[in-house]
Amino acid sequence: MEKRPGSFYVLSAVFALFILFLYGPTLTIGILSFQGPTGGLTFPMRGVSLHWFRDLFEQQAVGDIWGAFRRSLALGLMVMVTTVVVSVMGGFAFRKRFYGSGILFYLIIASLVIPSILISLGVGLIFSQLGFKIHWATSGFGSQLTWTLPFGLLIMFAVFNRFDKSFEEAARDQGASPWQTVRYVVLPIIAPSLIGVGLFGFTLSYDEFARTLLTAGSYNTLPLEIFGMTTNVTTPVIYALGTMTTLFSLLIIGAFLLTVWVLGKRRARLGSDAGKGV
Amino acid sequence: MLKNRHIQGWLQASPLTLVLIGFLILPILTIVVVSFWRATEFSIIPDFSLENYEFLFGSSVTYKVFYATLKYAAITWALTLLIGFTVAYYLAFHIRSQTMQIALFLLCTIPFWTSNIIRMISWIPFLGRNGIANSALQSWGVIDQPLEWLLYSDFSVILAFVHLYTLFMVVPIFNTMTRIDHSLIEAARDNGASGFQTLRHVIVPLTKPGIMIGTIFVLTLVMGDFITVRFMSGSQKANVGRLISNDIALLQYPSAAATAVILLITVLIVIGILLRFVDIRKEL
Repeated sequence: MEKRPGSFYVLSAVFALFILFLYGPTLTIGILSFQGPTGGLTFPMRGVSLHWFRDLFEQQAVGDIWGAFRRSLALGLMVMVTTVVVSVMGGFAFRKRFYGSGILFYLIIASLVIPSILISLGVGLIFSQLGFKIHWATSGFGSQLTWTLPFGLLIMFAVFNRFDKSFEEAARDQGASPWQTVRYVVLPIIAPSLIGVGLFGFTLSYDEFARTLLTAGSYNTLPLEIFGMTTNVTTPVIYALGTMTTLFSLLIIGAFLLTVWVLGKRRARLGSDAGKGV
Repeated sequence: MLKNRHIQGWLQASPLTLVLIGFLILPILTIVVVSFWRATEFSIIPDFSLENYEFLFGSSVTYKVFYATLKYAAITWALTLLIGFTVAYYLAFHIRSQTMQIALFLLCTIPFWTSNIIRMISWIPFLGRNGIANSALQSWGVIDQPLEWLLYSDFSVILAFVHLYTLFMVVPIFNTMTRIDHSLIEAARDNGASGFQTLRHVIVPLTKPGIMIGTIFVLTLVMGDFITVRFMSGSQKANVGRLISNDIALLQYPSAAATAVILLITVLIVIGILLRFVDIRKEL
């Protein structure tokens, strides 16, 4: 093996600092959420306790945290499923290079770059002018899709740009119908990427703030609830909530990544070694 | 009929198209229309009046706030580019095992899937008057008085932007870098290029598309932001997004819409310029 250049060690240190910068603050509030009952928002720790976590489960003076969590969870799942289905269909559509696909592509990019408060404001205005009631499951749901779908589609474009068409041709040559080709050849091949799309769909929805601000209606989603707390809660209970939601996010991310990894293993085990040489 | 690929394509893209029409195009059109309406204290009145724009362009606040927005965008862009490029370069060219590369890359991306609000809140124990930064600096004897500008200032706003958005630079730049043919780098070295010359004349030019995509992300996220500025400045600083959200809070929708239209035009001009340098479809 080639000797490492000096720059490697410098860059390793820079990278370590970057990781510390990314995770340090989150770890800090993780520690501070175990403050003793008399502790404040910064160090020193006045004892170690689960006081603030207990607060989260008991008193509801600060709002409806658990209701908000349930709504965010439901909305996240709705957005996830819709994002996966719509992105896959969109991905298939774009392989056909149909008339107007260029315009649709630029709309997707526009959806990604348009400031989220514009979506929030516009959707809110439409609903109020038409006399519809804004609700997280209707206006909030649609607004979030304008953020998750572009990510889903960009992943699908990347996947299909690298997709080996000879698999489909082989299936067709063996007499598979177009649907069978999709169901038994294409979908299994792109499955790990679909899990990635699902991960984006769920987490981006679960954490979305700006697009739901004016479109969630009278029932808050969790990020809205947390933001509301920042203006009137001055105890570590907010750190406890932050730690809980972050742990929940990490759990979800872990589950998705684990699924991708297991699928990869399974594929490696069941895959044929045809064409790999002697 | 169903054999026609154009019809089939549109059928498959129809759910996507419907969502984009209903929740992207129509909202934007509504904002444009409402920006010409008038508002009383209680309601908004359909009209064709230019008073919102006249007020907007007649007020010195507007120019100040747009200047602040562009300033945040420019500084954040420079910092995220510098950090993002360095991190991506390290991952792409200094990490030799692919498993390690994927693991470290994931380590960088995981925070992106957690809550931005929580990540902002988590700076408070660091930057506050009695926070970690101030206590550390005081105990080392660097300063006597706690620094007041650490939290609720331009500094904390930009710090939070860099914290939240550097990832949007790392990912596209890393993605382009991993596709650089390593024989080009060997060729540069064989021809006597120093490490820095290789970086300057081979890697940077080949990484340009990734840099452009990262730039688009960072600039639009920062220009459209209102919550980071509000939270990290303790409502003491303003940008265009906050101007809009303040109008919304006062139910001045036509005025908010007019500001939103100007913001949208600004963002689209910036993106339009950047897209001349990169073909996104080719880069995926």
